[in-house]
Amino acid sequence: MEKFIRLEGVAAPMPRDNVDTDAVIPIPWMKSLAPDYARALFAAWRWKDGDGVTELDDFVLNREPFRRARILVAGSNFACGSSREHAVWALTGFGIRCVIAPSFGDIFFDNSFKNGLLPLVLPPDQVRRALSLLAAGAGACRMTVDLEAQAVTFPDGEVVPFTVDAGRRKALLLGQDEIGQTLQDVDRIDAFEQRDRQERPWIYEPPLNA
Amino acid sequence: MASTLFDKIWDAHVVTRRDDGSVLLHVDRHVVHDLSSHPAFENLRRDHRPVRAPGLTIATADHVVSSRIGRRDDSYPKGADFVLALRGNTAANGIRLFDLNHPRQGIVHVIAPELGLTLPGVVLVCGDSHTCTNGGVGAIAMGIGTSEVEHVLATQTLVARKPMTMRVTFNGALAPGVTAKDLILHLIGSLGARSGTGYAIEYAGAVVDAMAIEARLTLCNMSIECGARIGMVGPDDTTFGYLHGRPYAPKEGIWDRAVAAWRRLPTDAGARFDKEVAVDASQVAPQVTWGTSPEQVAPVTGRVPDPAGAADASRREAMTRALAYMDLAPGTALASLRIDRAFIGSCTNGRLSDLRAAAAILKGRKVAPHVIALVVPGSTSVKREAEAEGLHHVFREAGFDWRESACSMCAGVNDDMVAPGERCISSSNRNFEGRQGPGARTHLASPATVAASAIAGHIADARITGG
Repeated sequence: MEKFIRLEGVAAPMPRDNVDTDAVIPIPWMKSLAPDYARALFAAWRWKDGDGVTELDDFVLNREPFRRARILVAGSNFACGSSREHAVWALTGFGIRCVIAPSFGDIFFDNSFKNGLLPLVLPPDQVRRALSLLAAGAGACRMTVDLEAQAVTFPDGEVVPFTVDAGRRKALLLGQDEIGQTLQDVDRIDAFEQRDRQERPWIYEPPLNA
Repeated sequence: MASTLFDKIWDAHVVTRRDDGSVLLHVDRHVVHDLSSHPAFENLRRDHRPVRAPGLTIATADHVVSSRIGRRDDSYPKGADFVLALRGNTAANGIRLFDLNHPRQGIVHVIAPELGLTLPGVVLVCGDSHTCTNGGVGAIAMGIGTSEVEHVLATQTLVARKPMTMRVTFNGALAPGVTAKDLILHLIGSLGARSGTGYAIEYAGAVVDAMAIEARLTLCNMSIECGARIGMVGPDDTTFGYLHGRPYAPKEGIWDRAVAAWRRLPTDAGARFDKEVAVDASQVAPQVTWGTSPEQVAPVTGRVPDPAGAADASRREAMTRALAYMDLAPGTALASLRIDRAFIGSCTNGRLSDLRAAAAILKGRKVAPHVIALVVPGSTSVKREAEAEGLHHVFREAGFDWRESACSMCAGVNDDMVAPGERCISSSNRNFEGRQGPGARTHLASPATVAASAIAGHIADARITGG
């Protein structure tokens, strides 16, 4: 997994609540084993008739400087709904490595950490402040997210601290392979299953592939 | 110490606790489907990692597959790659696949309970957010992403953090003509689409105790629509009666031992939840959504609300955007809205009891001439059982198109799509923008409401239509 240590770049404002993952990547863009993720991001809002070619001028990622956005600042419950990890891949495919919001859909939140994308929870008033600074074009709409220092620099220069769960932070900082980590505990998994087979044999026997 | 259903199952599945507060949680059942699994298998191949427990894993093709009678791999051309990939991935790893036209094929969350794959006390995961459906038989069941699918395939565990717990108690009794679908839509409408974020929800109370399992599955199905990854109901005699004799349920000889263990699972008296909600279910009417979030819902007898009356600016903006997308004016009676399509199916309402409820209303009646109506059984077993009862004749004579099992028009994932600008009354679970096809306008409701609306040609109250 790609490491996430410190990110500096343009932040795009998306001041709406309950943006669902069907909006982040609409289903028509997932009907291939190798989707064009960069183009698929917010396709229904970004392209005329979702065609992937004709830009809708009023959509934020079609305007300067947000075409180069690396951070997205959004409303609460961002990426609720479908579990599709494609939503994360569409964001990273476009170049966005951090989404800042007051809250996230639970499954998207977990998916993000597996892909080097930081879903950063800030209090609602801080998110509102960031959104209004970005709407006003403050500081060329640039922000810095420093995961090592756990601080985000707003477009007006203010530095706001945050905290990220220690295990998740470490995994991002090191770009850890989670499966590799878990496999180090394989003896414990074996022991669990050996004991569990005695207690709940109906879970294991007969095997589902027998 | 008094403990909750959730805590008992969770604690029994902790393989190891880590310093950072996460746990390694054992997974008893992993359900794999065509749309979300291929990259996981690809990565395992790349990293030379085997599937740890094919005997605890099951697969089916349900998402990118055609629902047409007589379908083949490429009946929906874009789906052929997905079906072939799933077939190759499962064969290479020794995983049982209920393939396209297998008698046990179906929507993941319909087949898992009906085959007895989902059992009380298990931890079940699947790369689909509506996995919470399976909690209806007393399991911890949750949707996961593709990276987690890969992790479970490789390790049969999940790195997890314990959610908070919420109990929703439905008191009283459901009024005639009101279903589990109406109850969960009402709950989402009153609590909001993010009220359950970070929680595992247990549904309880007299209404739930009296519910059949299929209704409990419907109730749990939409937990994710209020943000909760997990919804569950304590197992009881109704649960055991439902599971007994199902193909993958424990067989005689071990059945009694399993039931004895399952009887210890329900929440103890005095157990503490992080949040408690009580609902007077007797006051709930049939529900229909009017917006683009499941929280934007009202009684079928109600009207489209006015954004001017919204609680705050953010909700007002969301309502205004939703009404523009749905092409609705404030104050319009919901029961006057002309529909173009009617859809019955999905993991929410594609089970036999749902088809029976719709057929009871459709019997001897005709779908309005301008309405295109589609019924897609939730599984091949459901289809077979419905046909044995003659329900397919009722649907066809009414003017519904009778199909093979698939996710179909719930998610616009095959060619069963609502055309841009068309209005669809749907028994599915999400009314998001574009969910049933680009530009589609979705109104969520129960199968009975969908059937009554299909006949009327506009959204209608099934209690008046009768059955």
